[in-house]
Amino acid sequence: MSAEADGEKGVSRSLDYYGGVLMVVTGLGSIWRGLEYHMGTLTQMGAGYFPVGVGSVLALMGVSTLIGAGRLPTSTGKKSTPEWRGWSCIVLALVAFVLVGRFGGLAPATFAVTFIAAIGDRKNSFRSSLLLSIVMVAVSVVVFWWALQMQFPLFRWG
Amino acid sequence: MEQSLIDLWHGFGVALAPQNLMWSFVGVLIGNLIGVLPGMGALSAISILLPLTYSLHAVPAILMLAGIFYGSQYGGAIGAILLNLPTHPPHAVTCLDGYPLTRRGKGGTALGITMMASFFAASFGILVMIFASPLLVSVAFKFGPAELFSIMLLGLLAGGTMSRGSPTKGVAMTCLGLLAGIVGTDVNSGTMRFTFGLVELSDHLELVALALGLFGIADFLHNVNRAQPAVSSVEVRLRDMAPSKAEVKEAFWPMVRGTLVGTLFGAMPGTGPTITTFIAYALEKRVSKNPERFGQGALAGVASPEASSHSKTQVDFIPTMTLGIPGDAVMALLLGALLIQGIQPGPQLITEHADLFWGLIASFWVGNILLVILNVPLIGVWVKILRVPYRLMYPAAMFFIAIGVYSTNNSLFEVGEVLVFGIIGAILIALKFPVAPILLGYVLGPNVEENFRRALTISSGNISIFVSRPISAVFISLCALLVAAQLSLWIKRTLGAARKGRARDQSTINDGASRDAIDP
Repeated sequence: MSAEADGEKGVSRSLDYYGGVLMVVTGLGSIWRGLEYHMGTLTQMGAGYFPVGVGSVLALMGVSTLIGAGRLPTSTGKKSTPEWRGWSCIVLALVAFVLVGRFGGLAPATFAVTFIAAIGDRKNSFRSSLLLSIVMVAVSVVVFWWALQMQFPLFRWG
Repeated sequence: MEQSLIDLWHGFGVALAPQNLMWSFVGVLIGNLIGVLPGMGALSAISILLPLTYSLHAVPAILMLAGIFYGSQYGGAIGAILLNLPTHPPHAVTCLDGYPLTRRGKGGTALGITMMASFFAASFGILVMIFASPLLVSVAFKFGPAELFSIMLLGLLAGGTMSRGSPTKGVAMTCLGLLAGIVGTDVNSGTMRFTFGLVELSDHLELVALALGLFGIADFLHNVNRAQPAVSSVEVRLRDMAPSKAEVKEAFWPMVRGTLVGTLFGAMPGTGPTITTFIAYALEKRVSKNPERFGQGALAGVASPEASSHSKTQVDFIPTMTLGIPGDAVMALLLGALLIQGIQPGPQLITEHADLFWGLIASFWVGNILLVILNVPLIGVWVKILRVPYRLMYPAAMFFIAIGVYSTNNSLFEVGEVLVFGIIGAILIALKFPVAPILLGYVLGPNVEENFRRALTISSGNISIFVSRPISAVFISLCALLVAAQLSLWIKRTLGAARKGRARDQSTINDGASRDAIDP
């Protein structure tokens, strides 16, 4: 049990290293942008005062996370494998909804988002994805276009 | 107090009006359904359905959203007990004893006890709300910018440090949320802040897009092809659900203690529901005569955390409605819904929108009764829904998220926002950051800045205004106490870890004892 717990801790520590750096960078970025806006004084605060303040706290938290992370452990422990198929399909599905929705309308956009998301899951076959997407298009047309009268044309060209 | 009862009577009139009753029913039903679905919690349920309430009047809209909230909590307990699936984090602790009960064939009893505990706790929370709200309002009128800033600071600090995991990470996420709230045009100077040159961002980031990105898309990115298939052959029959007299007796005091824990934490702004249920469970284990039964299927381990989450939910509405300060991320979302409806939460809300406030309180009771009635016949249906495979559920949910965000402002740009927040959220989750404080920070951000600014304008830049005013001083000292407690814990832990590290290097001393001393 002890070895397992230590392994877990090792992974979480190396993650803290990345997390801490990310927070410091975000905090510093916010300070840098804030300084470009007008800072003002305590009595007459400008637009930059609050971003600089919050950014400083964020950077400070990042630093203390880094201190907690300590030195990087030599072995990173067990790592979960990246799930590129699922990730890219989820991202693509939303991008497709925006693009197809912009140029093609609600019905094709619904099909695109559901179908692309569905094939992201390894357990879905082409056929089951197709079926699910057709069902969702029907739901979309009945519920959102017809019943809720949403401001989104079913089809549009260009 | 008499006035409260008269108002409450009036509130029942509002809640039982056919149209309001219908929306309340729709809310609890959908909430219950979504709560049962794996990976969907109150946050995603409310954010998906928020756009649908725009066309409703304020009263039915809020009644429906509140119904979704406590309905999804009921649903969450079902998944936890029957399938060992913590469909949302506050119920994770319910799995510990709920699932062993199911394996012993006592799943129905566990559900029955959960329903009893939830109803009891919700009723108690409602009573607290009825009598405490007017009291709080009489104090709230003394609240100026300094007091508001201090209590919000306390809420943000508590929300950041008392969620699960590292407090520094929690505070970092709160800050990130505050920064997200800044995006857009500054009301005082007209400066565009953090818009990255995008005109669409000059208004502000969309609340629904932020919530669905962080809690919907991020969750899918995290779980796709990794979700464990739910395998269970539980059959729950109606007559299994009625607990025996001995079982009720066994669960009674844990239920009362859980309710009190929930009430206490509900009154404290910023403490999340997850930490509440964990503390209720830990307390129960400590006071129990036979703590070794916990984890093996103790009814007390189900009754107490479930009761605490329900009483907390009710009591949480008090600071949200009367001060405009949400207790946690779900409340922040409900606060956003109120603002969208053009209702400004605050001490004046109870008098200006009496029908809304008392109608909401009365609807809690009506809704909780509806839930009990609904769950008895529908439990079989919920069990079936729990088996809907993830591969079919998440593509459908993706569509609902996309269309839900689009309908908020008829804007495809905001669907793009969801994607960005989803990716950010997934990275943060992978790096073990808690994401709920982001939403709290986002909703409070503009208020925090505005009140901080106003307080210091009043005092002509004298920062001591926050400690020279008595009410504000109390909140600031609580903040200081919180920080001091966290700091001392941190120092203890780092020292302990250092000692442990040395001990391991010498590899002479058994480090078991020191570890036990550090995390009891």
